[in-house]
Amino acid sequence: MVPLSYYLFLSGFLFTCGVVGFLIKRNIITIFMSIELMLNGVNLSFVAFAAHWRALAGQVFVFFVMVVAAAEAAVGLAIIIAVFRTRETLNVDQVNLLKL
Amino acid sequence: MPVHVFIIASLIKSVIVLLVLLTGVAYSVWLERKVVGHIQNRWGPTRVGPFGLLQPLADGLKFIFKEDLTPPHVYRPLFLAAPMIALIFALTSISVIPFGNSITVSGYSIPLQITDVNIGLLMILGITSMGVYGVALAGWSSNNKYSLLGGLRASAQMVSYEIALGLSLVGVLIQSGSFSLRTIVDAQGGHFWGFIPRWNIFHGQLIGFFIYLMAAFAETNRVPFDLPEAESELVAGYHTEYSAMKFAAFFMAEYANMITVGCLATLLFFGGWHGPIGGPPWVQALLPVFWFVVKVVCFIFLYIWVRGTLPRLRYDQLMSFGWKFLLPLAIVNLIATAIAVVW
Amino acid sequence: MSLHLILFLVFGAICVAGAVNLLVQRHPINSALSLIAVMAALAGEYLLLGAEFVAAIQVIVYAGAIMVLFVFVIMLLNAGEEEETKGSRVASLFGVPGMLTGAVLMAWVVLRRSGTEPVSIGALPGHPTEIAHLLFHDFLLPFEVTSVLILIAIMGAVVLASKPEATERKAD
Repeated sequence: MVPLSYYLFLSGFLFTCGVVGFLIKRNIITIFMSIELMLNGVNLSFVAFAAHWRALAGQVFVFFVMVVAAAEAAVGLAIIIAVFRTRETLNVDQVNLLKL
Repeated sequence: MPVHVFIIASLIKSVIVLLVLLTGVAYSVWLERKVVGHIQNRWGPTRVGPFGLLQPLADGLKFIFKEDLTPPHVYRPLFLAAPMIALIFALTSISVIPFGNSITVSGYSIPLQITDVNIGLLMILGITSMGVYGVALAGWSSNNKYSLLGGLRASAQMVSYEIALGLSLVGVLIQSGSFSLRTIVDAQGGHFWGFIPRWNIFHGQLIGFFIYLMAAFAETNRVPFDLPEAESELVAGYHTEYSAMKFAAFFMAEYANMITVGCLATLLFFGGWHGPIGGPPWVQALLPVFWFVVKVVCFIFLYIWVRGTLPRLRYDQLMSFGWKFLLPLAIVNLIATAIAVVW
Repeated sequence: MSLHLILFLVFGAICVAGAVNLLVQRHPINSALSLIAVMAALAGEYLLLGAEFVAAIQVIVYAGAIMVLFVFVIMLLNAGEEEETKGSRVASLFGVPGMLTGAVLMAWVVLRRSGTEPVSIGALPGHPTEIAHLLFHDFLLPFEVTSVLILIAIMGAVVLASKPEATERKAD
């Protein structure tokens, strides 16, 4: 028997790690992976709540999150390739043409 | 069944299956060399033992005693981990494959399968989809342009053909209505009009089997889709820098994957362990396993036959074949099966 | 300690270690591998919660397809070690206290509202049949919308990643 709060703590920790990675990482691919980590953290809380409230809809939501993550990964990685092709760098600090 | 009986039975089954699988790996290498030799008007291995039957043993000893080189500019942790990843995932997927009905030993009914999970097929798909990391990381960590190209090709090819592979299996799943491999095989018992076996391949899944076969060749990096290790353009592809047992791990992983794919084809399209059964009780207990093994060996022979016959495709041909031909065909097959089942 | 709790802790430890390792590592391929470890361990957690189908899909789609794409791009672009850059001072002044406050707030809400009611093992068997029923009856519209989303994403990815000359030639 595991309390629901344990699952929520784990989920929150993964989400926080994702946020921190998104903010402190400078490599554009790693930033993308941090977003995936956030989505995974959210998925865990969906499944935990589905088990807690006896509602399968929570598990169905995980599929939708995965579909969005797949679409985002496809477009995002295409953008990364396009950026790399024009700027020859993966460092987000050097992709600053729109900055004043 | 008490817990200790379950644990002992599982341990015995795991050890037997692992030994049989490794022996199978060794002897499919022997079979390949022998058959390809005869196709090319040679004899293949003949020196070690009768018909060269002890050749796998000699090869194994050679691999063990060779010098294990690690080139200086590799990324060490991943270079060491990659062969292990490849081999572990290749050997794990055999654990959910059933190879016969249950047998009764001193009152306990023991299913001939290491573990029966109700999402067995999905588990095999998951494990095989993780296996690509072994190849990709080997290519990347070797720090060698040929290895890198091999790893890139392997990951793109496997991701592309996985879609066609998955879709080709959905037709079978619709017909049997379960992810459990045991249920899928049980649904294929009996005969049409008394003589044609009720296997899925005779049950409207011929196109599905064709797609599965093509995708399986690509997933296991075999000729005509062996672009990741194309020796005439990439030296040896992703395992250029590997030697001794690390190379042997990749080698064994490739053949173990072939056997897994053959087992899966047998279970899903060729009726698993169903076949003519008769004779005394102990023969009746073992005949299903015999039929299963015979079907898998036929499938491996088909692999070798294709290797001895077809040339390698070009990379753009491989990609357009996968995306522009196999994928639409798989979708059409899926829709047709769904309509037929609903009718 | 029950077996369920032990398994939860083992998988949870792998998750935590992987997530921290993702932050610590400087090379993107190491971060990608630790993310794969997190995803595989999460599949274990889903199995503990009885969501076997979600667990299988997690491994096949996330760990087996999306992360392969990431590794592929890292290999393709030959991404090197991350370069050090000085962060902004405002971020470190407000970011760290803000994060701590957020974490404390979240922990307080979780403990307060959800209590310690246990979730039993396999509480909700996520059988594929029932999930399929939900997905194709109750959630049919969202399902179709996501398929349109996927289609748009595929087209967008093709347009973005194709070579510039190829698109120019088409425009002429």
